[in-house]
Amino acid sequence: MLRIKELVKRYGEEKAVLKNLNLEVPGESVVSIIGASGAGKSTLLRCINRLVEPSSGSIELNGTELTKLEGKALRLARRRIGMVFQGFNLIDRLTVMENVQSGRLGYLPAWRAVTRKYPQEDIDRAFHLMERVGIAHYADKRADELSGGERQRVGVVRALMQEPEILLADEPTASLDPKTSRQIMELLRALASELHLPVLINIHNVNEAKEYTQRIVGMRFGRIIFDGEPVDLTNDAMDDIYAGVPAEERGDAESSTHLREVAAR
Amino acid sequence: MVATTQPTGPEAIANREWSRYTTKERWRRYGLTALVALAVVWSLSTINIIWPWLWDAPEQMGDLFARMFPPSLEGWQEIGWTLLETVNIATIATFFAVFLSLPIALIAAQNTTPNRFTLWLGRFILVSSRSVNTIIWALLFVAVFGPGVLAGILAIIFRSLGFLGKLLGEAIEEIDRAPIEALESVGASRFKILVYGVIPQVMPTFFAVSILRWDINLRESTVLGLVGAGGIGIILQGAIDTFAWQTVATILLAIIGLVIIGEAISAYLRKKVI
Amino acid sequence: MSSTVQKTGRTWKKPPFIANPMLRWGLLIAVVAYVWWAITTLPFDWERIQDGVPRAIRIFKGAFPPSFIRGELLFDGFMESIKIAIVSTLLGLALSVPIAFASASNIAPKWLYTIGRGVIIVARSFHPVIVAILFVKAVGFGPLAGILTLTVYSIGFVAKMLAERIEEIDWGQVEAIRAAGGATFVTLLYAVIPQIMPRQIGLSIYQLDSNLRASAIVGIVGAGGIGSTLLNAFGRYDYDFALAITLCIIGVILVSEAISGRIRRNLW
Repeated sequence: MLRIKELVKRYGEEKAVLKNLNLEVPGESVVSIIGASGAGKSTLLRCINRLVEPSSGSIELNGTELTKLEGKALRLARRRIGMVFQGFNLIDRLTVMENVQSGRLGYLPAWRAVTRKYPQEDIDRAFHLMERVGIAHYADKRADELSGGERQRVGVVRALMQEPEILLADEPTASLDPKTSRQIMELLRALASELHLPVLINIHNVNEAKEYTQRIVGMRFGRIIFDGEPVDLTNDAMDDIYAGVPAEERGDAESSTHLREVAAR
Repeated sequence: MVATTQPTGPEAIANREWSRYTTKERWRRYGLTALVALAVVWSLSTINIIWPWLWDAPEQMGDLFARMFPPSLEGWQEIGWTLLETVNIATIATFFAVFLSLPIALIAAQNTTPNRFTLWLGRFILVSSRSVNTIIWALLFVAVFGPGVLAGILAIIFRSLGFLGKLLGEAIEEIDRAPIEALESVGASRFKILVYGVIPQVMPTFFAVSILRWDINLRESTVLGLVGAGGIGIILQGAIDTFAWQTVATILLAIIGLVIIGEAISAYLRKKVI
Repeated sequence: MSSTVQKTGRTWKKPPFIANPMLRWGLLIAVVAYVWWAITTLPFDWERIQDGVPRAIRIFKGAFPPSFIRGELLFDGFMESIKIAIVSTLLGLALSVPIAFASASNIAPKWLYTIGRGVIIVARSFHPVIVAILFVKAVGFGPLAGILTLTVYSIGFVAKMLAERIEEIDWGQVEAIRAAGGATFVTLLYAVIPQIMPRQIGLSIYQLDSNLRASAIVGIVGAGGIGSTLLNAFGRYDYDFALAITLCIIGVILVSEAISGRIRRNLW
């Protein structure tokens, strides 16, 4: 269970990017977060694993208060949170297996990490997951030799190797073509149910959100203004979330507009 | 480049002007040229050259080359072995310098250094190493350890640290942050982030720069002997001092051969690494 | 998430950099053997080296604090180095341009290309100190030898870089001028020179800095400049003056490098 209370994020003296956010994500649910660019979706996700420092507020994961942790305690907590990135964020020159095993770096002793002598249990786990997502035959390939969809699968396996209590996905399909995009979304949904994992996904494409997730949270200017099931997402609700945003940017995963967003971030 | 402002009307079309530079740009160019010319004139007029020697120079050089021809094969064995010694000095020194430069580069790079003090220390080491020429290092080490190859090896190591450390440090500062972010998110310690996120990204540069420096060090090693720090320089100095110009010619040719081979190997290896 | 995972019995090892095991081990053994052989055959005079530490202490004691008493000598030496650098850079640049053109495979005919590249190779192969010694023998001690040495040094670097740049130019621009009826010289002026100008300017500034450093060094063999001053100091065991000179050299190099870097950065 993830519990966020009164989360505020402010950069310097400027207006807050996240304003008194409250959100609860119980175990085993797939929640998508939608909103126009600048709404704060990415900031919210990164506050949870402290890649971005919250200005104030509380974030609690299964009883642990995440905002107060430092140093080693923070690293231990981060082990419990898996993250999948829009840009995949793989280590290009290393093999798929090493990338996947890097998810265990929070658990591995240093000498094993350096010598790449991974414990048998981790190797078994890796092959099991890689086969589940369909990339086991790439184990020895360099990460930069894979296609976009394949790379994102590696990212997903890496996150799952942590045996996390929650999975965060920051626009995982924004850099992928529509077909691959759906494959990844389907994968995330299936894995969430198989592994009984709560998943929080930032999505740019509202149709995908409606189709693959059970609960949609709509953000606008740092606040949550919609929280309900996909069926409840009426056109009025969409207008509230995306008001002022040109039609092409809503519900669309067209890369050109999104890349502009990413560049502006 | 600019077109000057136009009057209007039919006559105007006949009288339009164009110039490549604005007036301001033109003055700047004249100014720069004048500055350069001034520098050259000042240098030439105040420099301590005995002008008759300059006019004499072509004839003197021709005379010298004539005396070097044909190159003599006398003592070629000693030349060969010393050449090998020169290669060894360069290779061993580069070998050690490469390993030493990695930790220094890590503390001299803003994104991997533990604190401000280590950053300053790392940068200081690199700058001192680079600013003191290999020969000066050699002079110092000859004074400390006496003439011989140890002085030469140390001189090359000390100079190479700065070169390698600077380029490596820049490579470390320019890495892609995305994988680093991912590694932070899984809860990896700083050390593991270094091993998995930083090192793999700078590996190609590391090898390329090391090979490049080896190539440069080959050249540097040829002159260490001139200050007593080992290598073929000693024989060269000896031959010059005894006016054995034909032996000198042989040694020079051997050096050219060495450098060319070294460059060929170096270019080949660097291509394989990319 | 469940922690019980089926055992697959599969193992994994990181694929080695060199696939062929014979080649890999062979290379490793060769490297270790070489390092061992090289270190053991290099003639180390251990006794002399052992004397090194007390010697080092003596030298450092003598070197501190650095003495600027003979400051005038220092200043003169530097001025001479600067003049050597200026003249040789200009001369070197002037000569590098035609040599670079002669060494560009897309501009020069084969025979000229071989000569041009040959000149560059010879100019680059010799450490400037060796070239300095030869020039000192030919034209005598003093800055003249230094200027000639650094001119050759400049050509070795600038002509090579310039030739590479010329080989990389956009050939379309040359074709366009030729098609409009331009003769060789005009084509060079309009199609080639503008493309290589930025690189040429950057190289010039870099080489000026480079020559300033090098002039400190070639002086050590008698080719004028601050290097000669340093050599004399070492010879007279004037370690404190030597330290002063060295510190100044370092300072000047740093300043020169900073200025050179700043100018080149503003160029782009």
